[in-house]
Amino acid sequence: MTQAVKAVPSRTAPAVRLTGVSKMFGSGGTALLALDQVDLDVSPGEFVCLLGASGCGKSTLLNLVAGLDGPSAGTIDLGGARVALMFQEPALFPWLTVTANLELALKMRGVPRQDRRDRAAELLDSVHLGGFARKRPHQLSGGMRQRVALARALALTAGADDHGTVLLMDEPFGALDAMTRDLLHDEIERIWRERGLTVLFVTHNVREAVRLGDRVVLLSSRPGRVVREFPVPMARPRRIDSPEVASLAASITDRLREEVGRHGA
Amino acid sequence: MAHDTAAPERLDREIAGLDALELAAGARRNPLLRVWSALWPMVTAVGIALLAWQAVVWSGWKESYVLPGPADTLPVLWDQLTSGRFWEAVALTMQRALIGFAVSILAGVLVGALVSQSRILRRAFGSLITGLQTMPSIAWFPLAILLFQLSESAILFVVVLGATPSIANGLIAGVDYTPPILLRAGKVMGLRGANLYRHLIMPASLPSFVAGLKQGWAFAWRSLMAGELLVIIGDTTSLGVLLSQARELNATADMISYMIVILLIGIVIDQLFGVVDRAIRTRWGLDSD
Repeated sequence: MTQAVKAVPSRTAPAVRLTGVSKMFGSGGTALLALDQVDLDVSPGEFVCLLGASGCGKSTLLNLVAGLDGPSAGTIDLGGARVALMFQEPALFPWLTVTANLELALKMRGVPRQDRRDRAAELLDSVHLGGFARKRPHQLSGGMRQRVALARALALTAGADDHGTVLLMDEPFGALDAMTRDLLHDEIERIWRERGLTVLFVTHNVREAVRLGDRVVLLSSRPGRVVREFPVPMARPRRIDSPEVASLAASITDRLREEVGRHGA
Repeated sequence: MAHDTAAPERLDREIAGLDALELAAGARRNPLLRVWSALWPMVTAVGIALLAWQAVVWSGWKESYVLPGPADTLPVLWDQLTSGRFWEAVALTMQRALIGFAVSILAGVLVGALVSQSRILRRAFGSLITGLQTMPSIAWFPLAILLFQLSESAILFVVVLGATPSIANGLIAGVDYTPPILLRAGKVMGLRGANLYRHLIMPASLPSFVAGLKQGWAFAWRSLMAGELLVIIGDTTSLGVLLSQARELNATADMISYMIVILLIGIVIDQLFGVVDRAIRTRWGLDSD
């Protein structure tokens, strides 16, 4: 299976191209092969969900794409796109106000001082937190902190045009309650669409993957390999509790369980 | 589908509603009540201590000229507080304490910054620094007196040796325990080298550094008192000199007055560090209340 037939921007070069990427941790007898020969293309403007059970190397894969770590074999081509990474934890700096957290990210991307305040305010508005600039992270709820983290990730792509931006999300809503998570699904979809971002979204929640993705890529565990890709044909916006989402999620879950079952044999 | 053109506004409203619900603010307490709730346990403790002291005097264990009670001592303390010689002594002692503490901060930060650079250095010197911290400062005085004779330098030497390890340790622990998730976030942001220290590691280690300063002050103050009793220089007047003179004259009430002053100075400075520590904790949301 190759590209999903989707209305992605008409650039031919993928925003992210992984070719034969492997990652080995340690060496000798205790070496652990985390990723094995992963090939993956993500088109500009595409929303791809990476799905897998524990030990499939999802986070390792994102670290490699983000450049936090180097692959043991294979190549990762970003075609000059800026990447930003968001984690399950907001990881905001507790000693800075919300706006100062964003301004620091902008500063690190070379945005001049006089522009930072306005850019930060604009980013906060876009995640519906315009009124909370002077608060500190601990004064916000978990969902709000995660939105600040999203705004910070967007700040890190400053300087690149939105189409040249790859947003990597490592189970970003995993620690939130269902109600907040549903609203944030709508929110991230809106921002992705408005800005034309490319998103690589890691999750172990099958319905979340189907709710959000143009394509769901299923990874095996130990080592992580691409098992199968599922295009998601349903029109957006989708509801996580709709029968269509549930039915595709059920068939992906079956395939995932089969994969997990291999390890019990 | 439930979503339509009105969906964006609805999403705005829902998100704002959820935020408002999750931020249900806790009621703030009356400031006067807060001061009182902090004060009354202290006042009670002082009362109990005075009572215990008085009880020992009442028991007739020692003659009242050997162990005077609070009623005899507190007026003497008041006389001291109105005498010029006493304040001269306090000024000299505080000057030594502040210079010693300042030098300790410089030395502690320098040592801490160097040692925290690498894991190997931390392993190599970490236990040595902790060892120095547990060494009673009075054990340094024979060496200090040989090296510097009976001089200000001898006292300074011991004060600095007493306080520096705690301050260095505080900094090292702060750097060591910078949350890994923040380091990861910093890496994603491209924080490297000096920027990494300025924007992430230094602020992240601040609470631990302040704890180190607080402990360092306690060690500096103890070392200084030991020093002033052992190293008496010419005709200078310090709290230590006053204390040993009072002992020589068997003026127990004066002696206890000086001890109370030494205790009070220690408490006041400790409280100052407490205020800074609490301010940081509140700012960062480390407090539960």
